[in-house]
Amino acid sequence: MDENIPRVTPRQSATFDEYTMSEIRRAASTGIYDIRGAGAKRALPHFDDLLFLGASISRYPLEGYRERCGTDVVLGARNASKPLELKIPITIAGMSFGSLSGQAKEALGRGANAAGTSTTTGDGGMTPEERGHSKLLVYQYLPSRYGMNPDDLRKADAIEIVVGQGAKPGGGGMLMGQKINDRVASMRSLPKGIDQRSACRHPDWTGPDDLEIKILELREITNWEKPIYIKVGGSRPYYDTALAVKAGADVIVLDGMQGGTAATQNVFIEHVGLPTLACIRPAVQALQDLDMHRKVQLIVSGGIRNGADVAKAMALGADAVSIGSAALIAMGDNDPRYEDEYNKLGTTAGAYDSWHLGHDPAGITTQEPELAERLDPVAAGRRLSNYLQVMTLEAQTIARACGKNHLHNLEPEDLCALTMEAAAMAKVPLAGTSWVPGQTPL
Amino acid sequence: MPQLDLKTQGLRLINSTLQNATPDTESRDWTVSNPMGQHAIACGLDKELNVTVDGNVGFYCAGMNQKADVTIKGHAGVGVAENMMSGTVRVTGNASQAAGATAHGGLLVIEGDASSRCGISMKGVDIVVGGSVGHMSGFMAQMGHMVICGDAGEALGDSIYEAILYVAGTVESLGADCIEKPMTPEHEETLKALLTRAGIDKDVSSFRRYGSARKLYNFNVDHAGEY
Repeated sequence: MDENIPRVTPRQSATFDEYTMSEIRRAASTGIYDIRGAGAKRALPHFDDLLFLGASISRYPLEGYRERCGTDVVLGARNASKPLELKIPITIAGMSFGSLSGQAKEALGRGANAAGTSTTTGDGGMTPEERGHSKLLVYQYLPSRYGMNPDDLRKADAIEIVVGQGAKPGGGGMLMGQKINDRVASMRSLPKGIDQRSACRHPDWTGPDDLEIKILELREITNWEKPIYIKVGGSRPYYDTALAVKAGADVIVLDGMQGGTAATQNVFIEHVGLPTLACIRPAVQALQDLDMHRKVQLIVSGGIRNGADVAKAMALGADAVSIGSAALIAMGDNDPRYEDEYNKLGTTAGAYDSWHLGHDPAGITTQEPELAERLDPVAAGRRLSNYLQVMTLEAQTIARACGKNHLHNLEPEDLCALTMEAAAMAKVPLAGTSWVPGQTPL
Repeated sequence: MPQLDLKTQGLRLINSTLQNATPDTESRDWTVSNPMGQHAIACGLDKELNVTVDGNVGFYCAGMNQKADVTIKGHAGVGVAENMMSGTVRVTGNASQAAGATAHGGLLVIEGDASSRCGISMKGVDIVVGGSVGHMSGFMAQMGHMVICGDAGEALGDSIYEAILYVAGTVESLGADCIEKPMTPEHEETLKALLTRAGIDKDVSSFRRYGSARKLYNFNVDHAGEY
């Protein structure tokens, strides 16, 4: 080779990038799709693409720390005689005992209690520890009905019928055999050590008309006391919301594709569903069209990370938000202090998502006793309550700056978008313009 | 015997009366008249009552039943005795789809035929069907027994776990991972006891047994085509 001829720099393919090629090699080696936990990792239009405008001459702000900015929310008063009254509009999303250790579930309950909010069961039923450590506990009613029984239904403070979740709208769950110890197996009426597949559809109802009857049954069994939530993955938010309202839901939980899962195919997580940002306005529109906005509450989840996200979701019309992945991070998930152990698992802190395998160094997504014991439920619960408090303070800070004396008073008019995509999805103007793509002329 | 009239008293009053009944001081025997195909009748019972529903019922009759013995003198809609925990539910006529879905315990007797997905995701209940069952019955059946005195539709026991299925008639087809297994004397005894509990007189020698091949319990790429 003539060294006098300049050579071009070796160029990696943008299409076949390093990650893509590693995935092809992994697939060729194993013959099975990649399964992992967490939500979509790809870059998506998100709340970071929105900004609050703040007060100006035409709107005056509230004095920080002096003038009250309310954060309370009542969920489920449409039909339930005992709606949930939360101090903050941030709830803990459904995560199962089985996917999480008992210590992690206890910590979630402790943190939620301290913050004045609710936590939620997951696939596999309700444990006594979870009920005991959660003042307000939402009981998920899932297609698998693992561990479902009427006694626990009556012990719950609310019932969440899970139709889908953002990480896998249209998909069922799976809990790999490694995490099926004796207790988990017993709760799910299945043998120890086998992969547990959760059905993608409910076994005894199909469609909104049946769902209405199912809700009637659940209300009859629980004396019409419990709020009934319906959780859907971000897919067709306008129609899903409208149909959930028609079926009689008190609360709708709308989970975008950044929402986490315990274990699902990577291709499903990354390629099915809508970003959270794209879900909110169609759902709110459906509620408004039915004159049900604020009467049926909307809880938004999927990638909520800080008080700004909370405030933005609420400004777009949500009544509350729900967190899962962020709560686990607050408790210690993916903490750099376990970097050496993450390295041994072939990953690094911040990227660990093999929640389904049960080897979590942080003791959260595991059923191995020696790992689970690493998590102090009291300390982890405190971290969670601290985090919830910070998020709430942040959201209040923004709301006051917008002149709002309650988080529920935030509105789309308080927002602008940094990108055309976000402007179109959130239906707010592109920053510095009055243009809302798809809504107003250029 | 206390009589409840759904037509005049309404569903909420009927159910709350039954749910709050105290069999130790009141009558154990209750009758519900004029069910008119309504849904969620006698659901959520948790005491040792004998409830007779005098007519056809809609969806989820006797749903999540605990301890009570409920007899439906007629046909039942979707999800009769769904998620039952204990007690007995008897349907003198036919049952629609998903009878006994996800039920954990107790005995469900359907004297007539059951439609598709009978015993779907059953978790320990015993189901005895005097007639035939529709397609996909026993889908993802986890625990318990299902006795089918007539025929079974296509894909019986698809993705079955540890439940045991007995069929006297023909099986249109078996679902993924469901296979025929030998009938042992122990299985014949179990079957005989189930039929006796159900009050159905049928020769156990006419039955065949089906259960899981357990090939799909842990993912194996060589069986990917069966999923």
